[in-house]
Amino acid sequence: MADLVWLIPAFPLLGFVLILLFGRRLGDPKAGYLASAMVLGSFVVAVGAYFDLVGRPEGERAEITTLFSWVPVSALQVDMAFLADPLSIGMCLFVTGIAFLIHLFAIGYMHGDPKFSKFFLYLNLFVLSMVVLVLGENLLVTFLGWEGVGTCSYLLISFWHDRESAATAGKKAFVTNRVGDWGFMLAMFLGFSAVGSVSYSALNGAAVAGTLAETTATGIAVLLFVGAVGKSAQLPLYFWLPDAMEGPTPVSALIHAATMVTAGVFLLTRVNPVIAVSADWVPTLIAWVGLATALFAATVALAQNDIKKVLAYSTVSQLGFMFLAIGSGAYVAAIFHMITHAAFKALLFLGSGSVIHGMHDEQDMRKMGRLRAFMPVTAGTFIIGWLAIAGVPPFSGFWSKDEILLFTLAKSPVMYVIALFTAILTAFYMTRQVIMVFFGEATWESHAEEHGAHGEFKPHESSPIMLFPLVVLAALAAVLGIIQLPSLSWMPDVLRYRLEDWLHPLVEFGEANITDTTAYANKGLLAILATACALAGIVLAVLVYQRKKIKAVEPQILADGWYYDRTITSFMGGPGRAAFDATAAFDAKVVDGAVNGTGTLVRAAGGQVRKGQTGFIRGYAAIVGLGVVLMLAWFVLGRGVL
Amino acid sequence: MPQEFVGPSIDWFALSPLLVLLGGGLFLLVAGALTPRWPRGWYALASASTAGTAAVLSVFQWSIIDRDGPGTLVAGALAFDHFAQFMTILLCSAVVLVSLLCDDDVRGTDREGPEVFALLLMAALGGVVMASANDLIVMFLGLEILSLALYVLVASDRRRSESQEGGMKYFVLGGFASAFFLYGIALLYGGTGSTNISDIVAGFQAGVSTGREDALILAGVALLLVGLGFKIAAVPFHVWVPDVYQGAPTPITAFMASVGKASAFAALLRVLVVALPFHRDDWRPVIWVLALLSLTLAPMMAIVQTNVKRMLAYGSISHAGFMLVAFEAAGHRAGEADPGTGMQSVVVYLAVYSALTIGTMAVISLVSRAQGGDTRLTILAGLATRHPVLALSLTLLLIAQAGVPLTSGFVAKFGAIQAAVTEGSYVIAIVAMAAAVIAAFVYLRIMVTVWMSTAPGADRQMLAYVSLGAPADDADGDAADGDAAAGAAATSTSTATATSTEVDTTGAAIAPEAITLSTAVVIAATVTFTIVVGVAPGWFLDLAANVTNYAR
Repeated sequence: MADLVWLIPAFPLLGFVLILLFGRRLGDPKAGYLASAMVLGSFVVAVGAYFDLVGRPEGERAEITTLFSWVPVSALQVDMAFLADPLSIGMCLFVTGIAFLIHLFAIGYMHGDPKFSKFFLYLNLFVLSMVVLVLGENLLVTFLGWEGVGTCSYLLISFWHDRESAATAGKKAFVTNRVGDWGFMLAMFLGFSAVGSVSYSALNGAAVAGTLAETTATGIAVLLFVGAVGKSAQLPLYFWLPDAMEGPTPVSALIHAATMVTAGVFLLTRVNPVIAVSADWVPTLIAWVGLATALFAATVALAQNDIKKVLAYSTVSQLGFMFLAIGSGAYVAAIFHMITHAAFKALLFLGSGSVIHGMHDEQDMRKMGRLRAFMPVTAGTFIIGWLAIAGVPPFSGFWSKDEILLFTLAKSPVMYVIALFTAILTAFYMTRQVIMVFFGEATWESHAEEHGAHGEFKPHESSPIMLFPLVVLAALAAVLGIIQLPSLSWMPDVLRYRLEDWLHPLVEFGEANITDTTAYANKGLLAILATACALAGIVLAVLVYQRKKIKAVEPQILADGWYYDRTITSFMGGPGRAAFDATAAFDAKVVDGAVNGTGTLVRAAGGQVRKGQTGFIRGYAAIVGLGVVLMLAWFVLGRGVL
Repeated sequence: MPQEFVGPSIDWFALSPLLVLLGGGLFLLVAGALTPRWPRGWYALASASTAGTAAVLSVFQWSIIDRDGPGTLVAGALAFDHFAQFMTILLCSAVVLVSLLCDDDVRGTDREGPEVFALLLMAALGGVVMASANDLIVMFLGLEILSLALYVLVASDRRRSESQEGGMKYFVLGGFASAFFLYGIALLYGGTGSTNISDIVAGFQAGVSTGREDALILAGVALLLVGLGFKIAAVPFHVWVPDVYQGAPTPITAFMASVGKASAFAALLRVLVVALPFHRDDWRPVIWVLALLSLTLAPMMAIVQTNVKRMLAYGSISHAGFMLVAFEAAGHRAGEADPGTGMQSVVVYLAVYSALTIGTMAVISLVSRAQGGDTRLTILAGLATRHPVLALSLTLLLIAQAGVPLTSGFVAKFGAIQAAVTEGSYVIAIVAMAAAVIAAFVYLRIMVTVWMSTAPGADRQMLAYVSLGAPADDADGDAADGDAAAGAAATSTSTATATSTEVDTTGAAIAPEAITLSTAVVIAATVTFTIVVGVAPGWFLDLAANVTNYAR
């Protein structure tokens, strides 16, 4: 089955082509069903490939399928090839699985939109690009997918492009991502110049064999990290992601929470042998950037009132945790958190989409409240997602976050304290959101007029096709922790380290690397501490927002994201703009001037030459005669015969 | 004892392409004169099927040569080799396409009849004789058959004074050039003692060790080059081209640019590469200079034109420059066992350019006919909205002429420049690349008119824009057109220009052109060829690589 791995991208490609050709005719909702069926097909193939690989001995769990020679240019030989190994198949499983659920949700959510079929066209194109990204056997194929998901992200953020803010947000995401792409491309060039190939096996093989110089490895790792920072919205390039919430909510769930933004984490995991041989400061840098992002975004999330903005900053924060894990050498934990996060954050986003839908496109949490009475299923599933992200055992987020914290303590106690503090903030702002939306007082009645519902306004529960994905994702968010339970003494062996064993030959950095640290010795204690922190955050938020015992502190500086975005905007609008104008002027005057000048010169010359074209036969004969004389002169005199 | 005349043994089948062309042409003339007017399209069908038959017969000859190797026919008068057959197929294919175009052009006019088609076949016969001549006198016969037919064809639209003017100019100047050619043969005969190419080569091989430079031979080569330089329209022997290409009926312009040019290049090859490889260091610098002049001057002149046929006329001169670049490369290796890729590039370029020019002229002809015979650039304005497919085809043919990759034009240009670089002729290779850029501007200008100018009322502004800010109502093209001081020869042109201006201003709304089947077939065929050769050039290059095995 692993040799049929090309079917995974083939299904969404087929869907893309079919919707491209017949999308209008299929219309609403048939185009949505078609798109969903295609993604389900990919998921089934991925499951088949998974069982195929599981059945093999550990060393043989990698299969390369070469479709064709893509770039055959002397030394640069790049194949359009897919690599089916535990990492890529694992990614495919959760990408296609969650994408399928989100497709289903979108059928209900996008119902009635005039561009319904186009939405699913883009979604299928996105899934195609994403699986190409994770299945790529070399950096170039991954880059193809990388650019593809970036394009789809742009198209889908500005899906409602008649909205000024949506069009701007799409452009912002695209331009910001170019910075990251620049890093990715340079890394690719550097990798090719170092090992003469862009395939992962060659690159990682050189790193493992020790033939990759430390400086080269450092360069590749840092440049790929730059690419990852752009794609995964880390400091200093995070600011496109909150704006990306302008896109339809299923897009936020699929692209800007579950899959695309985790591409950076995947990429760094894929090249982990290169990071291992790079300079020591590289992992530390990655860890600090991740940690700073996690803390920064968590503080901003404290003061957001837009239901999706809270989740957006929360996503940035959780991605920061994943980079913290990578920097700490906890690749398995990073992938683990990526998977659990995909489940619970997709759940939260879809839940928020259900709320927005039920509230007739209202996104301001201050105008919600007490919705659990009107939307029981949405509320129940959202609460499971909340408990998972807050880190309450036994929900999935607890296990993955706990593992990251463990590795963080092993790396540096300072980081651990900051990470723990961030975990408290996470629990706090998520509790705040749940209270503002589903509990407390209903504040929407006074705003009913604004929603266009004249007189009668009542939030409503969403349709079954939207609720089904919520329920499935809630179940996953609750139990996904079982794929990688820690080795606590009371646990049966069969439940431990499932994910680590699965990823083993690819990622050598399991818990075995930190067994001699005090952190490892006290991991039971750490789990209790983490739980206590989560509960503390929740209790604090309940006191502030539910019981109103403590006055809420939401300074404007947090609501404005520490003025970071604004500063960048004013810089780009001021000195940046001036610099761009100067470049444009240089292009117009000097570059174009040279071209136009040449054109004018040619034209002037032509004007002169054409004077010889008199239209008189005698003139023409004279020119021919002159040619004859010159010709004879050359042959007879020039060659020295006479 | 009187010497007994022994007739040469004649391989009639090997001559069959020639005989079919001759028979078809004569049949059309005689039968056409003796019978009442044939039903519509039958004349064209007859000439197209005659040429098609000749092409198919030539394919058979090709396989015979594959088997038996090259040789000579009719006592050494004609060469029987791949090159001759390649050119025969090329010329006959061009006749098929041009016949279809002429059918549309003459239908419903007083030119309808067998004459044009008979002349097309005769011209092709002359071209085939030139391409397969193994004797300079035979070559001269072919040249004259071709030229005489062309003189009449150019002037065949006898109600249009531009056509008559073109025919007259071509005839006078052509006669002038033919005289040089003939005198060149005479001098060469004086120097070598023979007009037969095999004998000339044998003579050189015998006498080469003496290293003797014979003034007669060199002067003869010079004059032969003048005659053929005139036919291939290399600067400075190009002077007739703009006026004649513009004046001739558009399908005939296509015919001259394809059949006329290909035949002349074939003859040039026979004379220089086959007969005179021992003087290659004498004639190669001349080719170099002709290429340089053609490459630089022609695009410059094309830029300042406002008549689309005149632009394409200068374009054809610049294409001749490219072919000369490849020819110069072939000159480095003339007579050697390894001929290099020069000659292969020339014949590829000829075939590619013939298809491109016929296709382009087909579109121009169609559009021009709907607008009263006007051929200024403005007639193409708004074609994209009237006929998107036609506009797209024209664009494709034009970007191919500009040499954009994935079209046949790129394959041709690349081959020419690559051949030059391989032989170390870096200067003209670089000049050729720069010239391609200037030439591309000309084609882009046509495309801009086709796609970006919609309303006929906006033509003048558009024209001002596309001609780099020149006043739009500037005199058409060169001083030859609309020059107030022009004499008798030129006044007719200015009258025609004035008339067509009136047509343009009075007829504000342009009716969409009616696309006829035969023209559509021609456009489709040339576009297909352009793309197929552009995308998969391998088979065609392999085919063309055969031609360098000449009969001597």
